[in-house]
Amino acid sequence: MKFSPLSLLFVLLALAFTLATNLTLTAGNWSTRAKSDNLFGMVFGDGRKLFANHFFTMADVYFHSGYYPSIFDQKSGEEKEIISASHGKKETEEDEKNEDFLGQPKDWVDAFGRNFRITQHTHLANHNEREILPWLRLAADLDPNKIETFTVGAFFLREHLGRADQAEAFLREGLRNNPDSAEILFELGRVYHDSNHDRERARNVWQLGVKKFFLRTPDQQKDDKLIFEELAVNLAHLEDEAGNYADAINWFRAAQKVSPAPDALQIQIDAVQKKLAALIPVTPAKLY
Amino acid sequence: MSKIFALAGVVIKELYRRKDFYVLFFLTALLTLAAGAVNFFHDDKIVRYVKDICLLLIWVSALVISVVTTARQIPAEREARTIFPLLAKPVSRWHVIVGKFLGCWLATGVALVVFYFFFAVVTGSKEQIWPWGAYLEAVWMHWVMLAIVIAMALLGSIFFAAPSSTSTITLIVVGGILLLGTHLNTIALQQPQPMQSILATVYFIMPHLEWYDLRDFVVYDMGLVPVRAVALATLYGAVWTTIFLLLAWFGFRKKSLNT
Repeated sequence: MKFSPLSLLFVLLALAFTLATNLTLTAGNWSTRAKSDNLFGMVFGDGRKLFANHFFTMADVYFHSGYYPSIFDQKSGEEKEIISASHGKKETEEDEKNEDFLGQPKDWVDAFGRNFRITQHTHLANHNEREILPWLRLAADLDPNKIETFTVGAFFLREHLGRADQAEAFLREGLRNNPDSAEILFELGRVYHDSNHDRERARNVWQLGVKKFFLRTPDQQKDDKLIFEELAVNLAHLEDEAGNYADAINWFRAAQKVSPAPDALQIQIDAVQKKLAALIPVTPAKLY
Repeated sequence: MSKIFALAGVVIKELYRRKDFYVLFFLTALLTLAAGAVNFFHDDKIVRYVKDICLLLIWVSALVISVVTTARQIPAEREARTIFPLLAKPVSRWHVIVGKFLGCWLATGVALVVFYFFFAVVTGSKEQIWPWGAYLEAVWMHWVMLAIVIAMALLGSIFFAAPSSTSTITLIVVGGILLLGTHLNTIALQQPQPMQSILATVYFIMPHLEWYDLRDFVVYDMGLVPVRAVALATLYGAVWTTIFLLLAWFGFRKKSLNT
């Protein structure tokens, strides 16, 4: 029996097609490697976390309009200012001085070269903060478990750009990827409390954040006490506003245990206690 | 001078007949427009990342065009043996070197104008401002830097065997200077001797190409660089370009033209 090369080619193609339709269904289970649910995960694997960190740093670079230490400068490893800004930290003159990583020019090349580099420490303002958002979006896509990306992004969306709805959506996305994150719940509570003025939802979310915090190991709790302090202090203020002074005092006392400034909290406790004392009905003395 | 311009004219014609520029411009335009079309958080006023990406692509494209175009000039003339009739005319080897340099430099200048015009149109249409002063400074400094790079590649093409090796080595050297140039002295201080002295010497004698990178000023809208600094950097660029051209001429004078 003789086959022409063309008919052999057709037979082989038909065979390949038949095998492909048969094997496609089972081939997916041959690999034991974990399946990635997005394109970045598939292309970069775990290397995507490196890119995510880089893009998060890019957001900080943009926040400083390019005035940023390189890996060769001494200040390169310090905490990113977009993170400290999202925790409500205001910069002092001392901080400004510490962030002058350039210092005095080392030689004439360095001195002349500074004409062509950005040498002023500035922060984005007047809604220009939006420029950091693409990098945060990319960082979130590349590493959905990097919690700071969601909290920082939501903070700038809510606080600086007045877009609480976008902030909430971004945090919800973060929460889907990190359901046990007290940090995301804290930021979500701020969206409800500060922007939406929805006290009930804020209380629920913050209380859930406290529960999630206590699910952590004692070592983790020790490392992350800042988030507990923030949750407790905000809950205290919320209860104070709601007139639940006893609860407010309890939350302030809980915050005092982890706070680096317990005296400042004591002043607030005293103020709430005065309000509480004013509420207790004084039994009128008998006139006769 | 007319001989130099005649040689330069041939190089410019060669650039627009080849596909390198069109391919790189198309890729730059495509990637920039794709990046610009992405919507982040439903905010269409975000523009700096587009500027950043577009300028990076322009820098990479301009470097590739200038280095690859320059690296093949003299080897191609030798290989095709057109160098002999060229030098049989009243054209000296110095004229060839300067003519080739000028042609490559002017050709990349034309390419730069097209690239930056595209950049200005795309970013300007998004943010509705056109800081022409900053753009002009950025283009000028970029072009001055490319003069040094072209002269460097021309020097390499005299000494290295093939255009590919010239291109690769030039791109590595230029990339190294752009990435590490500012920090080399800092790195040197952290090294033991004799590496410290070697790196410090390299730092002071290398051409500081990183000065010519004004992308940050354009991306972050940081205004203009003082004109005096631009003028001094131009002078510095002219000195380095002349040094490389003279070295290329010295090499070319003694070079056997038979392949």
